[in-house]
Amino acid sequence: MPKLTLEDLKEIRERARRTTMLREGAGRAKITVHMGTCGIAAGARNVMEAVLREIQQRDLPDVLVTTSGCAGLCSREPMATVEVAGEAPVKYVDLTEGKMKEIIAEHVVGGRVLPQYALAVGSERAG
Amino acid sequence: MPHRMHLMVCAGTGCVSNRSLEVREALQKEIHRRGLHEEIDVVTTGCNGFCGAGPLVVVQPEGIFYQQVSAKDVPHLVEEHFLKGRPVQRLMYSPPEQPAPLPKMADIPFFSRQRLIALRNRGLIDPEKIDDYIARDGYTALAKALTRMTPEEILNEVKVAGLRGRGGAGFPAAVKWDTTKKAKGEPKYVICNGDEGDPGAFMDRSIVESDPHSVIEGMAIGARAIGARWGVVYIRNEYPLAVERLQIAIRQAREYGLLGEDILGSGFDFDISISRGAGAFVCGEATALVAAVEGRLGEPRARPPRLAEKGLWGKPTCLNNVETWANVPPIINQGSKWFASIGTERSKGTKVFSLVGAIQNTGLVEVPMGITLREIIYDIGGGIPEGKKFKAVQTGGPSGGCIPESLIDLPVDFENLTEAGSMMGSGGMVVMDEDACMVDVARYFLAFTQDESCGKCTPCREGTKIMLDILSKITEGHGAPEDLETLAEVSKVVAEASLCGLGTSAPNPVLTTLKYFRNEYLTHIEARKCPAKVCRELNTYRIDPEVCVQRGHGCGVCKRECPEKAIFGEKNQPHRVDAALCRKCGVCVDVCHFNAVIVE
Repeated sequence: MPKLTLEDLKEIRERARRTTMLREGAGRAKITVHMGTCGIAAGARNVMEAVLREIQQRDLPDVLVTTSGCAGLCSREPMATVEVAGEAPVKYVDLTEGKMKEIIAEHVVGGRVLPQYALAVGSERAG
Repeated sequence: MPHRMHLMVCAGTGCVSNRSLEVREALQKEIHRRGLHEEIDVVTTGCNGFCGAGPLVVVQPEGIFYQQVSAKDVPHLVEEHFLKGRPVQRLMYSPPEQPAPLPKMADIPFFSRQRLIALRNRGLIDPEKIDDYIARDGYTALAKALTRMTPEEILNEVKVAGLRGRGGAGFPAAVKWDTTKKAKGEPKYVICNGDEGDPGAFMDRSIVESDPHSVIEGMAIGARAIGARWGVVYIRNEYPLAVERLQIAIRQAREYGLLGEDILGSGFDFDISISRGAGAFVCGEATALVAAVEGRLGEPRARPPRLAEKGLWGKPTCLNNVETWANVPPIINQGSKWFASIGTERSKGTKVFSLVGAIQNTGLVEVPMGITLREIIYDIGGGIPEGKKFKAVQTGGPSGGCIPESLIDLPVDFENLTEAGSMMGSGGMVVMDEDACMVDVARYFLAFTQDESCGKCTPCREGTKIMLDILSKITEGHGAPEDLETLAEVSKVVAEASLCGLGTSAPNPVLTTLKYFRNEYLTHIEARKCPAKVCRELNTYRIDPEVCVQRGHGCGVCKRECPEKAIFGEKNQPHRVDAALCRKCGVCVDVCHFNAVIVE
């Protein structure tokens, strides 16, 4: 392997950061797919895979994807919560792979909430 | 597909010996079985520091902290948390006497009270992947130093930062660097002292294991400032994992051209070799270390000439320890002002301590200088287990001193510890509770230094032996009142007349225990009793007849196990110890299930 130049070092840093960034838990946005039994039965796995595929295709390394348990509204699964840093979280319901792709394009990338798929803006109060 | 989750499995020596590699394998297998391997990555990291709770798995990006994970927990964990998103409470950390677990690593006081500079990458990178290090700004400090700073500017940054050596005496790093730089002779060398030999200390081992590139980068920056072409890492062979990871790191750095000739096109040449030590404690002393690297007997020599003038192969040599070198890249990256803003007036930055002994949270902690012993022991360490009382903390390794409860609010820095009769040393911190006998503690550490004394100079060789003999005599019940004066006098001679740091500091445990716990010595000598009941020869053993019969029904286990046949009694009858036959071994106490044996 040839010796690194300053530019090579920067390039390696940028590339490696894409994979290690999520360890620091700080992203521009976070998508939580609800993966309770109800969610999985309604197709949450496919939604999750769509999220990951879309993030790869659009090259969004600063968007974190996590899962959580049942959100309590089993009849409207699959559900996902989208949190763009600094904004209120939005819960989307009755998701499909197609809707999820749209949500990523519009909300996560474009910054426009999609009210037609959203259940509510904001979160329950904890505690 | 990109990964949505990283499982950071701790593979420091502590966790590995608790089978964390089995956990890693089980995780990989189960994740594969569930078809999650494209979404979830299993990452092997270095030591997280919370060694007492290992094996540890940290789930990112959520920062969920799992402790004491075993391979059999894995299927449940994968299904519940990693697939369904329900974190498993059972494997979380709960603070003592608090029922609710703390799911997130950032909320656990052990972690949240620390400030990481030397250990900045711990748990976040795979130490065997140079790209992981680079992702966390690795080698950017070297790049900056080589392309945008003159050697004088680098040196000045380290000087203004106020970086002092983390290996023992706290000598200002910049002074050492500058003396080496100005000394005549070529080539010049930089050495990393990784000969960590204190009982219960594992700071340097952990840094090399979890972040070897930070040491390499620090040495390269130092070499640039000094004008050195070669570096040597002296590391003890008892640290196989550290040696292995360092070898891998050096190989990777060479492949990238970050070691070798013309680094980053700057014209600067630097390379590092590893010298493995055979484990002699004295080789942590700088001149003995250099002798050992050269293949000679590991014995110290008189200074001057200092190593900076006449070091390895007779050439100017700058020696700092692992932690000191690891502090260099952040100073260059974030600036001397930032570093100097942390800590106390004369001790800047942070210090890594290995917190062991009678402490709830055993492990490795990095804290800003000036933090009090109380904060380290109670807030981070979680206090003393089983509700016992704090008695003393021994800082600075076997040649440090024991600091009593009255000084627990002492802010920790180089000066304060020395003033208290102890020292910073490399950062060992052994906590002792009420069950510790301070005379026995002094004897233990003296036995260590006496054994490790190289024997070159008489005061250390003979003096430590005399001190050990007196201490043994006292713990065995043959102490005389004048022994304390002799101890103090011999201590003074050993401290003043020995050649190297091993001898000059060896009396510290004796002097501090004599100063702060003199009454315990007197009780041993005058009353022939050990207040903590540790010195068995001073104890008497008797059996409480009521407890023996009512709770134990005269079970006779003690009678059977007593090697001297000194216990008499029949089944269902009270047993008794014949004091004339008893050799005070204490086996009866160990074997009695009913706590019927009374030690006095």
